[in-house]
Amino acid sequence: MVTRGFSSGRRPPTDGDARIPPGQYLEQGFPVLSAGPTPRVRTEDWSFTLKHGPRPIKKWNWTEFNALPMTKMTRDIHCVTAWTKFDTPWQGVLVDDILADAGVEPPTGFTLAHAFDGYTTNVPVTDLTAGKAMVALLYEGKPITPDHGGPARLLVPHLYFWKSAKWLNGLQFTTRDEPGFWELRGYHIYGDPWREQRYTDDP
Amino acid sequence: MSDAAAVQSPWQTASIVRIEKRTPRVTSFFFQPSRPFAYRAGQHVDVRLTAPDGYQARRSYSIASAPETHGVIELAIEKLDDGEVSPFFHEVAAVGDEIELRGPLGGHFVWPEDESGPLVLVGGGSGVVPLMSMLRHRAARNSAVPVVLVFSVRVWDEVIFHDELIVLDERQDGFDLVLTLTREAARRPADYARRVDVAMMVQAMTRLPEPPGIAFVCGSNAFVSAAAQALIDAGVAAEIIRTERYGV
Repeated sequence: MVTRGFSSGRRPPTDGDARIPPGQYLEQGFPVLSAGPTPRVRTEDWSFTLKHGPRPIKKWNWTEFNALPMTKMTRDIHCVTAWTKFDTPWQGVLVDDILADAGVEPPTGFTLAHAFDGYTTNVPVTDLTAGKAMVALLYEGKPITPDHGGPARLLVPHLYFWKSAKWLNGLQFTTRDEPGFWELRGYHIYGDPWREQRYTDDP
Repeated sequence: MSDAAAVQSPWQTASIVRIEKRTPRVTSFFFQPSRPFAYRAGQHVDVRLTAPDGYQARRSYSIASAPETHGVIELAIEKLDDGEVSPFFHEVAAVGDEIELRGPLGGHFVWPEDESGPLVLVGGGSGVVPLMSMLRHRAARNSAVPVVLVFSVRVWDEVIFHDELIVLDERQDGFDLVLTLTREAARRPADYARRVDVAMMVQAMTRLPEPPGIAFVCGSNAFVSAAAQALIDAGVAAEIIRTERYGV
């Protein structure tokens, strides 16, 4: 339905239209969104635990985690609140390298990412491996600020950004695809921006 | 989706039935959805505008009205000069226009009502909008749940819903309004003229008969960060604080 008096001329000019998923607009800043207060996690208190169900597979402290292979990843990111930001530069540890260090193959097809503030989000294993996702430690070459999820956040850039959990402290393999925090509160179970999977009932 | 019955919040058209200027920068648009829906205080809708060439822009707006008025929903939209949707509403939209919207949306920034004990609401600027839905809902139900609203704006003229808030405050039914102006002197004896801080939150808590069961904070990211931290420093447990940020 065409909206009376609305034209695409209002759209901010961009030469990267093909990189903007449907319903998104290009944002130059880096907006902050979260469901609660920003936790201040000190790196000396930080740890990351890989689990299979309730059972820990391996746990790293900050120093141990930083000794894992580092990878740079520059990607466009897409927030469900409709902003898209181009070329965000991250550095961190690929999920592949975490699994390699733990010496495991994915035991199930699904994961639940966990955060220090109790936040959770589900991501299928195939969306985390083969170089698709990392635990990011740096943004623009500097430690990630608490507002943006530091010390460490998940980065799954090809899904809506709520999947890239801030203040990450663990990744848990689950037998089934278990909905996380937002997925239980009306947001899509998978969240592909190119298919506009924003809310639960989007196809 | 093959199973149409599973669709809970499809796009639909809604007519603008009334437009009311609230402050120099905020105007309320009252929408009559073609298929009215029930919603909870604090939820939002998505609005979608479509250009003749097919280009679409969508934004989320919190609902200001109480769930009791679900036949007509109020969105209080702040004009952002560099925006593409809010300037359309402020400059073009007129009564009788049909707009596509979808809702209700959001399952976190909603008031679980009587289960949660006294309520603390902290709003910055148009961040008061979803909090207003909660206050209107409380008033419509004649609820006795104690509530304090700390509402921060730059100047008095930017106090959205000020007449209505003051009427609610004067009912003395367990709702307390605390206004703080950051660029002007306070107008009422118990109000403030500074940014939200710990001392203000400590004093706001004394207006409740017992510690809060839940707190909602809404506004810009900078405001929400500062206000949520002030609440925590005033002794409010982080676990009971729910935030909604505009993202900028």
